[in-house]
Amino acid sequence: MLALLFGESRQLFANHFFVKADISFHSGYYPSIFDEARQAEENDNDVSHPDEKEEPKSEGGFLGPPTDWIDRFGRHFRPTLHTHLQGGNIREILPWLRISAELDPHRIEAYTVASYWMRKHLGKVDEAEQFLREGLRANPDSYELLFELGNLYYDNRHDAGRARNVWLAALRLWQKQESGKGMPDNYSLDQITVHLAHLEEQEGNLDRAVEYLEMAKRVSPAPLQLQKQIDEIKQRLPRAGALSSH
Amino acid sequence: MNKILAIAGVVIKELYRRKDFYVLFVLTALITLLLGSVNFFHDDRIARYLKEICLLLIWISALVIAITTTARQIPAERENRTIFPLLAKPVTRAQVITGKFLGCWLAVAVALAVFYLFFGVISGSREHAWPVLKYFQALWLQWTMLAVVIALVLFGSVIFTSPAENVTICFFAVLGILLLGGHLNTVALGQKEPARTMLYTLYFLIPHLEWFDVRDIIIYDWPRIPWLDCLLATLYAAVYVVVFLFAAWLVFRRKVLAT
Repeated sequence: MLALLFGESRQLFANHFFVKADISFHSGYYPSIFDEARQAEENDNDVSHPDEKEEPKSEGGFLGPPTDWIDRFGRHFRPTLHTHLQGGNIREILPWLRISAELDPHRIEAYTVASYWMRKHLGKVDEAEQFLREGLRANPDSYELLFELGNLYYDNRHDAGRARNVWLAALRLWQKQESGKGMPDNYSLDQITVHLAHLEEQEGNLDRAVEYLEMAKRVSPAPLQLQKQIDEIKQRLPRAGALSSH
Repeated sequence: MNKILAIAGVVIKELYRRKDFYVLFVLTALITLLLGSVNFFHDDRIARYLKEICLLLIWISALVIAITTTARQIPAERENRTIFPLLAKPVTRAQVITGKFLGCWLAVAVALAVFYLFFGVISGSREHAWPVLKYFQALWLQWTMLAVVIALVLFGSVIFTSPAENVTICFFAVLGILLLGGHLNTVALGQKEPARTMLYTLYFLIPHLEWFDVRDIIIYDWPRIPWLDCLLATLYAAVYVVVFLFAAWLVFRRKVLAT
C-alpha cells in the first residue's frame, strides 16, 4: 500500500520520519535546514548514539546569539534548550521509527535504534525482538540487526548460547560483505568482536576472548585499551588452563 | 459600532451555513482518531505524535477557513450586487471593511474553539493532563496570527480581480512567511550585496507569523510562555492588522463598484 502511494519517494519520507524521531528525542530543539548544524546533526543524530552522555542543558547552542530583535523575541515562542528525553518519555520516538521502517524496510537504523530504546529503557523486550525479526525478514543479510538481536539475547534474555550464535552469524556476514571493501564498517566489527570477547570471558573461554579482542584491536579507535584487556586475560590464562586440567 | 457588528454577524452566520468548517473538522477528527487507534508496540501512552498531527491539521484547517472565508466576502457582495443596498444604507466603506474583518475573525474564533476542544480531549485522554492555560495561549496566539492573515486577505480582495487569485497568492505568502520568514536573516548573511540588503529589508518588513506557531511548546510539554510576551506579540500583530485594514480601506474607498 505504502509502496503504491509513495513509490520511490518512500526513502525520502523514511529519512524525514527518522529525523522526526531525533527531533522528538530533543523535544523540538533542532536545527532547521537553514542552520549549518542541520547536516551534522542528521549525520550524527543523538537518538542513534544513546550511550553518549547528555550534553549539559544549555541555552543558545546551535542557535548562537540572536542576530536582531526579531530573532531575540521569536525565541520566546519555541524551544531553546538542548535536552534529551528521559525515562518513559523515550516511548515518544517510537511511532516515528516505526513509520520510517514501514516506509523503507531496508532502513536498518530504524530497527536497531527502536530495539535499543525498547529493551534498555522501556522493558519492551518482546516487542523489540519482534521488531528486529521484522527487520531481519526484510534484510536477512544485515549484520547490524543480528548484532542487536545478540545484544537482546545477552543483556535481556541472559541467554549466552543464543547470543553467541547470533553474534557469530553477524561476524560471518560482516566478513562476507565488508572485508573486501576499501572502507569497511570497522565500527560494527569492533562492536561485534568486543561483545563476543566479553561473552567468552564470562563463559570462561579466555583463549577465544583473547582471539576476539585481537580482532577488535586491529580496527578499534582505542587499541591500547584493548591491549590492556588482552594482557589482563592472558595473565589469567595459565591459571584457567591449570584449573581445567584438574 | 452596531453597524460593524451587524455586518460581522452576517459573516458569522455564513460560516455555519457553509460546509467548509464541518468538512474540515470531520476530516481532522477522522484522521486524528484513525492515527490514534494505531497500536505502536502495545504502548497506549504514546501521545506526542498524535498531538503533532492533530495540531498540524488544526493549523491547516484554520488557515483554509480564514483565507477562503475572507477572500470571498467583498467579491461575493459585488457579484451578487448586495454591496449596493448595503452601501445605500448609512454605512461607510470603512465600516464595511471593519465589519467584514471582525466577522471573519470571530467566525475563525468559533472554529478554533471547537478544534482546540477536540484537541484537548484527545490529548487529555492520552496524557491524563489538562494544561488548559497553555492550550489557551496556543489558541490565542493562533487566533492573533489569523487576524493578520484575515486583514491581509481582505486587502488582497480589494486588489485582485478574482477570489481564486487572492486565495492562491495569500496562501503562498502566508506559508512562505511561516516556513521561511524566521530564516531570512540567516539566508541573507550568506548572500552578496544587493541581495543581502533586499532580503534583510524583507525580513524586517514582513509580519513574523512564525512567532505565533507555538505547537512545539504544546507537543513537547515545554513551560508556558510568559504572558507579557503573549501581550507584546498581540500588539505586534495588531500593528499589521491596522496597516492592512487601512490599506484595504484606502483602495476600497476609491473603488468603482459598478460592473
